[in-house]
Amino acid sequence: MRELQAGVITDAIEKLCMDAAYNLPEDVKKALAAGKDNEQSPAGKYILEQVCDNYVVAAEEEVALCQDTGTALFIIEMGQELVVTGGGLVDAINEGVRRGYTNGYLRKSMVAEPIFERVNTKDNTPAVIHYEIVEGDGLKITLLPKGGGAENCCACKMLRPADGLAGVMDFVVDTVRQAGGKPCPPVVVGVGVGGTSDYAAYLSKKALNREIGVHNANPNYEKMEIELLERVNNLGIGPQGLGGVNTALAVNVEYFPCHIASLPVFVTLNCHSQRHKSVEL
Amino acid sequence: MAEVIKLQTPLTDEDVMKLKAGDIVSLSGVIYTGRDAAHKRLVECLDRNEPMPIDVKGQAIYYVGPAPAKPGKPIGSCGPTTSYRMDPYTPTMLAEGMKAMIGKGPRSKEVVDAMLEHKGVYLAAIGGAAAVIAKAVKSCEVITYEDLGAEAIHKLEVEDFICFVAIDAQGDNLYETGKLPYMHE
Repeated sequence: MRELQAGVITDAIEKLCMDAAYNLPEDVKKALAAGKDNEQSPAGKYILEQVCDNYVVAAEEEVALCQDTGTALFIIEMGQELVVTGGGLVDAINEGVRRGYTNGYLRKSMVAEPIFERVNTKDNTPAVIHYEIVEGDGLKITLLPKGGGAENCCACKMLRPADGLAGVMDFVVDTVRQAGGKPCPPVVVGVGVGGTSDYAAYLSKKALNREIGVHNANPNYEKMEIELLERVNNLGIGPQGLGGVNTALAVNVEYFPCHIASLPVFVTLNCHSQRHKSVEL
Repeated sequence: MAEVIKLQTPLTDEDVMKLKAGDIVSLSGVIYTGRDAAHKRLVECLDRNEPMPIDVKGQAIYYVGPAPAKPGKPIGSCGPTTSYRMDPYTPTMLAEGMKAMIGKGPRSKEVVDAMLEHKGVYLAAIGGAAAVIAKAVKSCEVITYEDLGAEAIHKLEVEDFICFVAIDAQGDNLYETGKLPYMHE
């Protein structure tokens, strides 16, 4: 068994929170720059120019790309031969979030309880954490700071198996159409298909993590992603919903086996500030 | 890029009526921030027949919850938040004399109707261009509801804050018409 100190995890997460908030991943920058060049709407082109300037300014000045630095959504892939010592894993993660959001001048956007009081926790904790136990003794931490505006446009539908490919495709396109300018297009569309409703939701988040331009290894799903991106961009919604040819930068689909009676689909939209960063310890 | 229209706050009916959906404006002067929680409190004041803690007559309200300012800067990153969450409170704010709203994303029919009735304009700032927008903010102070943190009402002094006229006071709506030339379904 390999031992890893909780404090090492906290330190890494503090840095990860700031890095994710300040520095847009290279693939996203490339996709936005390409969108700026091919945008036909003058307003859309201007918006994408500003968005491209924004990632330069944010990185140079080490300030948040977007004021909404999100819910700290983590995917933890933990080797089964790893033991965390000197403190609990969940506490280590939340302490890292607390320090990262405080020391990094990031906005604290979490309320302690969703209906009655809605009092801000003032340190952006707690994080939302998904765990996967994997082989080996490694620890891979992925952070997706998830902004509220785009997250509010998520949708789930439990389709009938008979609805098939057309049903799934139509639901994804309808979800983007309904969202219009709300999720800060051009968006990245994460689609989870199969499993159960909750697992499809998780897959749709995981799908956001994939590099833009890399398709699902299954050729059927690859074809689906390409067709979905074309259909979504034909909606004309454009940058910020003011019209144009760049409504989405990518559509990423992940799937899982499912029940004979079911065809769950979950669509997560992410804004053009498609932030995701990983670290391996 | 089309011609940029200079706009100085506070705004008059005349300022608002000359703006057309699709125009680009460069806004300067004092604006106030307000999000969901602050709007709720403002409207609750009126429900209790109390005056609101800010006079919104002629003012522009910016839907934003800024990131904390780094030392030496007036404000942190401060792009617009999604506007439809303020829709339930907006007709009341327009009736109180608010002239402009700055946010992002479409509005409800009730909001557009109230804009027609009270001569209001809805401006779209660029969501996610928050570090660039922060450069247009020259000063920032909390006016009220400090306990709400980022959601408190801040008074901002802005210079050349670039926005699009998304919905004008005639009801022309870029969220409906902007996509039409690019739709291929």
